[in-house]
Amino acid sequence: MVCGTKNMILQSLEVETKEFEQRTGWSLKPEGLCKGEVCVPFAAGVSGGGKLDTRTLSERLGMPLIRDDDADVWCLGPEAMGRALTTARAPELVLPDYTGRQFRLGSLRGQKVLIVTWSSW
Amino acid sequence: MWQALRNELQPKGLEIVTVALDVDPEAARAWIEQTKPNHPSLIDSAHRVDELLGVVNVPNGVWIDEDGMIVRPAEPAWPERDTPPDWQKMADSPDVPEQLRETLKLASNIRIQPREYTTALRDWVTNGRASRYALAPEEVIARSGLRGKAEAEAAARFELGQYLWSIGRHDLAPKHWREAHRLQPDNWTYKRQAWTLADPFQGPTELYDSCWVNDVRKIGAENYYPPLDLSPSRTK
Repeated sequence: MVCGTKNMILQSLEVETKEFEQRTGWSLKPEGLCKGEVCVPFAAGVSGGGKLDTRTLSERLGMPLIRDDDADVWCLGPEAMGRALTTARAPELVLPDYTGRQFRLGSLRGQKVLIVTWSSW
Repeated sequence: MWQALRNELQPKGLEIVTVALDVDPEAARAWIEQTKPNHPSLIDSAHRVDELLGVVNVPNGVWIDEDGMIVRPAEPAWPERDTPPDWQKMADSPDVPEQLRETLKLASNIRIQPREYTTALRDWVTNGRASRYALAPEEVIARSGLRGKAEAEAAARFELGQYLWSIGRHDLAPKHWREAHRLQPDNWTYKRQAWTLADPFQGPTELYDSCWVNDVRKIGAENYYPPLDLSPSRTK
């Protein structure tokens, strides 16, 4: 998922490769955009500056591209490939802990991990 | 809630990471600070684990092995508790606010499987890859939730709403959240998060087409959590 404001991104409809990788787990390789074992050819969607065209992302990966007209904010959703997981490889999830410190899920590699969700509501 | 199980299983090689799904991080932080957990306690205000891991409710659990491979996708998850909450007793109490009585009655009929879940978890911690509950990669993908066009747009709608909420545009968020609810009706984190911001009891409001009591009645409280599929991997 990548959200942005009109001034930042919408005019060019492009997203930085690195930001896209961090948010979605899809990385740019010679064979195309890859997540785990799955690769989708993507040469046409990469600009000279190494940015990705969101309309091509939307087409190739089935990522919904939606917009709030009043706020001029848009979002590119996750890939629609049939199942919530495209690969069994765990995504590189980075979230703040309750003290505000960024925690990287990958820092627990070498241990078994149980992730459990809860909420205050 | 998970602290006792974590203390038991951490020396055997399991870490438990809790993820609070709260658009308002302060709401979660207050709870976490009270319980002083010694495991990573994260806050996910955009519900990114829904998008990235297929989470649709709380509590949901995901197992990841030593190599970073998911061996069980998102599913309902519960620890065993010495004194589980007695919802029926609470519903019958004269002190309970009237708006909550029906919620508590329904909650008493929700099916939970803490014994089965913790048995499976302990088996995995002991036996690792050889555990019958550790699934092969193809099976993990096949058993993860549906993600067609509707579910993908629901995730985008929810996060767009959350983004607008986070920049103070509380007026613009609900229409995207309504869409998320329509597109993925079995995602309870999208629904309950939005309802609770409109009414702490998650009762009916003008902003949303439904509320917790209505939706749970519609499917039956016993179906609020799908039954655990503890059958062994077919593809290992």
